[in-house]
Amino acid sequence: MDIKDIIKPENLVYDKSKLQIDTIMHYCPGCTHGVVHKILAEVIDEMGIQERTIGVSPVGCAVFAYNYIDIDWQQAAHGRAPAVATGIARTNPDKIVFTYQGDGDLASIGAAEILHACNRGENMVVIFINNAIYGMTGGQMAPTTLLGQRTSTSPGGRNVELNGHPLKITEMIAMLPGVHYVTRQSAHTASTVRKCKKAIRKAFENVMAKKGTSFIEVVSTCNSGWKMTPVGANTWMEENMFPVYVPGELKDNDKQVPSEKN
Amino acid sequence: MGELRLMKGNEVLAEAAIRCGCDGYFGYPITPQSEVMETLMELQPWETTGMVVLQAESEVASINMVYGAAATGKKVMTSSSSPGVSLMMEGISYIAGAELPCLVVNVQRGGPGLGTIQPSQADYNQAVKGGGHGDYRLITLAPASVQEMHDFVDLAFNLAFKYRNPAMILTDGALGQMMEKVELADFKPRWTREEIQEISGSWATTGKTASRERNVVTSLEMDPGKMEQNNLRFQEKFKAIQENEVRYETFMCEDAEYVLVAFGTSSRICQKAIELGRAKGIKVGLLRPITLWPFPSEVIASMTCRVKGFLSVEMSAGQMVDDVKLAVFNSGCTVPVEYFGRMGGILPSPNEVIEALESKLINR
Repeated sequence: MDIKDIIKPENLVYDKSKLQIDTIMHYCPGCTHGVVHKILAEVIDEMGIQERTIGVSPVGCAVFAYNYIDIDWQQAAHGRAPAVATGIARTNPDKIVFTYQGDGDLASIGAAEILHACNRGENMVVIFINNAIYGMTGGQMAPTTLLGQRTSTSPGGRNVELNGHPLKITEMIAMLPGVHYVTRQSAHTASTVRKCKKAIRKAFENVMAKKGTSFIEVVSTCNSGWKMTPVGANTWMEENMFPVYVPGELKDNDKQVPSEKN
Repeated sequence: MGELRLMKGNEVLAEAAIRCGCDGYFGYPITPQSEVMETLMELQPWETTGMVVLQAESEVASINMVYGAAATGKKVMTSSSSPGVSLMMEGISYIAGAELPCLVVNVQRGGPGLGTIQPSQADYNQAVKGGGHGDYRLITLAPASVQEMHDFVDLAFNLAFKYRNPAMILTDGALGQMMEKVELADFKPRWTREEIQEISGSWATTGKTASRERNVVTSLEMDPGKMEQNNLRFQEKFKAIQENEVRYETFMCEDAEYVLVAFGTSSRICQKAIELGRAKGIKVGLLRPITLWPFPSEVIASMTCRVKGFLSVEMSAGQMVDDVKLAVFNSGCTVPVEYFGRMGGILPSPNEVIEALESKLINR
């Protein structure tokens, strides 16, 4: 049987989104970014909003997000993506804007920008990739690095007296009245990928309905930075990251009765 | 004749922005320019022209909001004063690197640091040399009246879009707070979606359609060969700006033996100083650069062989004087170039200027 006899529309169980660009993968094998990029491309494609969507890429490994998804993109200075997205969204209310940021970008250098953009309830999606390390610069300590976690700038493990505690910025974001939807996901198994996609789709639908900010943390792995195998990194994430960054919904204004809305 | 009004320089910046079809203003309060945003909030242009006005959480955020909006082809601006403009330098460098048009207004106050809230011109070097990291230039306009504060808003946007480069209005607290008669321009409508497409569609992030490749606005290029090409392209652009956009004004220079070089507030002080000097029989004139970058080097060079000296009069420790010296050096003739100025928010007086001219150049 020839391969052409097998690849027929009626046999198709999976297809790559047409918004995924064939580009040389710069992410390490095992990295979560590739999976989340794929989900994003699928959601934008399935919702038919390619012409309305503008992405804002960060500084960090995902600076090159614009090489992977076939939409218009802006590249922001380190941590400033929420301010850039504010500028886009305010002057282009017909557009659907999202930022894609890592933990160093969002929770350290860009802490002010994300808090204030969320506090204003900017009509945008925030994708927050939390892998507890600076990947691009070679594995330095991040604001979300766990206590005891070894990085190149915390070689003896993160120490409270020296470095303070891991910053649970997503919990802080969830407290802000302007934020409509806050959820913490992962994307390391088939079922979590499906759940994560559902959450991202919901976030984009919220922005289409002009409900304010929708914030999705994806607890992620950086097996290169963590010096682990991809499988080992997934296990380490489940055992060490999940107890601190507990997956689940933190806030959904759709599910609250109006009097409970903050 | 347009509508005449008595207005503060800061207020007229706001009025001019609305009238020239500006799409958005993002700013953060700082003395002595807070009236810009206050006036906009009072006028509520979002109800009339549709212009967006937003108070950001910091100058860092406001310049990045400008980046985001400018990258969609919108005509957007921010304003601040010296310490705030220092905070914006990162964003301005990115804007220059991504080749985005926008307007930044610096209503200068004395520095360094928190300095003073009184007027100053000590951010000259920051403005004309780029200010942030990397090889770039800002088209820098220096108004000397409330009327020019008004006129240069539209001019700055035109130049910014013509060259896809950030433009700066470099003014100071005196001009910002001063009230003068001003003739207001008629209202120009904001650009339509079609006009934005026409003007900036080839690069702006207006939403990827089937008819074009995706537009990516970035200052990043990992390939050093390509990054050098980008820089060479920027330099070509800066050369074209230098060739085409120099603006200046001369006052009583025809028979002048001595030329004062001054911009903005200090140029107005020099006009009075020239009256005093002429009354004493000193043949003195004024060259007022209107564009600080591109600097009117050629006009200085053309004067060099027929004058006895230049005095750069500044509200700083002597920054522009270096550019005057460079212009004289390149002219082939040798004449003395001296500096006089006051700092820290103090304005030079006309008498002090003439005394400095006499002691530093005439009786040297």
